[in-house]
Amino acid sequence: MPRALPYLLLLPASLFLLVFFFYPFGLVVVESLTRGGEWTTENFTRMTGHWKFAPAFWNTIWLTAIVVPVQLIMALTMASVVQKLKTGRSGLLYIFAIPLGISDLAAGLIWLAIFEQSGFLNSIFHAFGIIDRPTLYLGYQNMWVIFLAVVLAEIWRATAIMMVIIVAGMGLIPKEYSEAAEVFGASRWQRFTRVTLPLLRPSLQTALILRILMAFEVFAVVMALGGTTLPVLMGETFQWQFQLQDRGVAAAYAMVILGLSVAFSLVVLRLLHVPKGARI
Amino acid sequence: MAEIVIKGVAKDFGAFTALHSVDLTIADQEFMVLLGASGCGKTTLLRIIAGLETPSQGEVWIGGRRVDHLPPRARGISMVFQNYAVFPHLTVFENIAFGLRMAKVTGTEVDRRVRRTAELMHIEQLLKRYSGELSGGQRQRVAVARALAMEPDVILMDEPLSNLDALLRLEMRAELKGVLAESKTTTIYVTHDQVEAMSLADRISVMNGGYIVQADRPTEVYRNPAARFVGSFIGNPPMNFLPAKSEGAGRWHVAGQSFAGPQGSAAEFAIRPEDLHPSDTGLSAEVRVVEPLGPHTLVTAQVAGQPFRAVLDSDRHITPGEVITLAPVPDRIRWFDPETQKAIA
Repeated sequence: MPRALPYLLLLPASLFLLVFFFYPFGLVVVESLTRGGEWTTENFTRMTGHWKFAPAFWNTIWLTAIVVPVQLIMALTMASVVQKLKTGRSGLLYIFAIPLGISDLAAGLIWLAIFEQSGFLNSIFHAFGIIDRPTLYLGYQNMWVIFLAVVLAEIWRATAIMMVIIVAGMGLIPKEYSEAAEVFGASRWQRFTRVTLPLLRPSLQTALILRILMAFEVFAVVMALGGTTLPVLMGETFQWQFQLQDRGVAAAYAMVILGLSVAFSLVVLRLLHVPKGARI
Repeated sequence: MAEIVIKGVAKDFGAFTALHSVDLTIADQEFMVLLGASGCGKTTLLRIIAGLETPSQGEVWIGGRRVDHLPPRARGISMVFQNYAVFPHLTVFENIAFGLRMAKVTGTEVDRRVRRTAELMHIEQLLKRYSGELSGGQRQRVAVARALAMEPDVILMDEPLSNLDALLRLEMRAELKGVLAESKTTTIYVTHDQVEAMSLADRISVMNGGYIVQADRPTEVYRNPAARFVGSFIGNPPMNFLPAKSEGAGRWHVAGQSFAGPQGSAAEFAIRPEDLHPSDTGLSAEVRVVEPLGPHTLVTAQVAGQPFRAVLDSDRHITPGEVITLAPVPDRIRWFDPETQKAIA
C-alpha cells in the first residue's frame, strides 16, 4: 500500500470538516468580535449587561453541577450491577438504552405531559384526593419545580449513555485485579474505590466529557418544560439570534458555551489523567 | 503454625463436577504442589482454599480454624496469580504495600516490609515504576514480593511461572524455592508442569478428573505411582504399559516373556523407559524412531504391537527397523489392576 493512500482516503472527510465546520466556526468567532464591520467587545458587554445573562449562566452551571454527578453515581451503580449479571445482561442494556433513542425535545415533551396543568401528576393527585383542582406546577412562581423537572428529564434521558460507556470500560478490567484486592484484604467498597475506579479512569474521562458538554448545551428539554422562564445559555443564544435578531450577541453566547466546554474538558482530563505505564 | 486440612471438599459448576469430595492434609511449612492437566480441578481447589470460590460441600481448615465460611482476607493467606494481577495504576511500592495498607499497618512498618521483600526479590530499584514499565519476569517478582510482604501463614500460587520463558522459569524456580523455604510459610502451588512439581515440592498431589489420585513425596510419586494415570502423566517420556496374562502362582506372561508378579487373575505390566537396558534375554522390541538426546538416546519401538519407549545409553548405535532385546530392571517393574487402574502392591 502506498504510504499516501490512508491520507488520501481521509482527505474528503477532512476537507468536509474544514469547510463545513471550521470555516463557519471561524465566522462565529469573527461575528462575536465585530459589530457593523468594526472589531469590538461590545457584543460581550451587551451580553453580560443584559439581566438574563447571570441567571442563564448560573442555571446552566447549576443544572450541570447537579445532573452530571447524580448521573455519574447512578451510572456507576447500574454498571456495577449489570457487570455482576450472568444472564440477561445485553437485554437489560437495551432497556436502559431506550431513552437514548428519543430526541431531547421529545424527552422534554414526555415530562411536560407529566407536569403540565392537565398532566399525569395532577390526574394522579386528584384521583387520590390530594388536590381539589389541577395546580400549575411549571409557572414562574415555582421556578424550583421547573428546575427539578428539567433535572429529572435530563437524568432520565441521558444517564444511559454514561452507563453504556462505563459498562464497556468495566468489561475491560480483568477479574484478577479485583480478586487480588480481595485476597489482600480489600472490602467490597475498597475494591471499588481502590481498584475499579482508578482502572476505569479512561472510560470515566470519556463519559464525563461527553456528558458535561451535553449538559452545557441543554436546550430543548428546558424549552419544553419552562420556555424562557428558566433561562439557560443555549436558550439565550437562540433568543438573541432569532427573537432579538442580534447575531453578534448570539455569537458571544456561543463563545461562552465553548469556553465553558473547553475549560471543563481540560479539568476532567487533568483530574482523571492516567500516567504513562499505569494503563491496563 | 498453619496446617491446612481439606475435608470432603466438592465443587459443582452446574452439571459439571469440578471436584469430587477431596481430602488432603498439608503440614505446617510444607511445600505442596497440586499437579494435573488443565481441567483436573487443581485451580478450583486452590481458589476454594483462597476463598475466591465457595465449595459445594466440605470443610477447609487453616491453622486449626475452620475458614470455608470466611472471606479471603480473614484466612491468613496471600496469593500469587497466574497473570500476576499487579495493579497497573499503582507503583511497584504501592503494589507490594497494598495488603499492608488494607491491614492498616503503620507507615514506617509498611516501608520496612516493602523494602525488605523488594530486596529479597531483587526489585528494590523498581519501586517507583508502574507495572506497564516492567517485564514479565519483573512483574512476577512484584507479585511474589506482594505476597511475601504480608508475612502470611499460607501462600497460594496459581501457575506462577507459566507465563515466563523457559530460561527465566528455571531461574525463578530455584529462587522461589529458596525464598519460600526461608519464609517458613505453608505453600500450595498449582502447576501442570511436572518438572516444576518434582523440583519444588515436598509433596505432590496428582489430580485427575476432580480427584486427588496420589499425594506423596516426588520420588515416591515417580517410582511408585498409585495409579496407572500417575505413571502415564509423570515422567517424560511416561511409563510403558503392556498387557499381562496370568500363568498362575504369581507368574505373568508379558510379550512372550515370563515375569514374577502379584497374585491374582488380571494385571497390567508397567516399566519406566529408563529402567530398561539392552540384554540377550528380555522383551523383543522393533525399533521405529531413534532420537539421540546427548546424555542418552530415546528409542521408540513396538513391543507386542504396543508402543514402547526406552531411554538407553548413547554409546550403543541403534538403527530404525532393528529388533533389540530390552530387559527390565526387576525391582522397578510395577503392576496395575486393569479394572480399578490402581497399583497392585
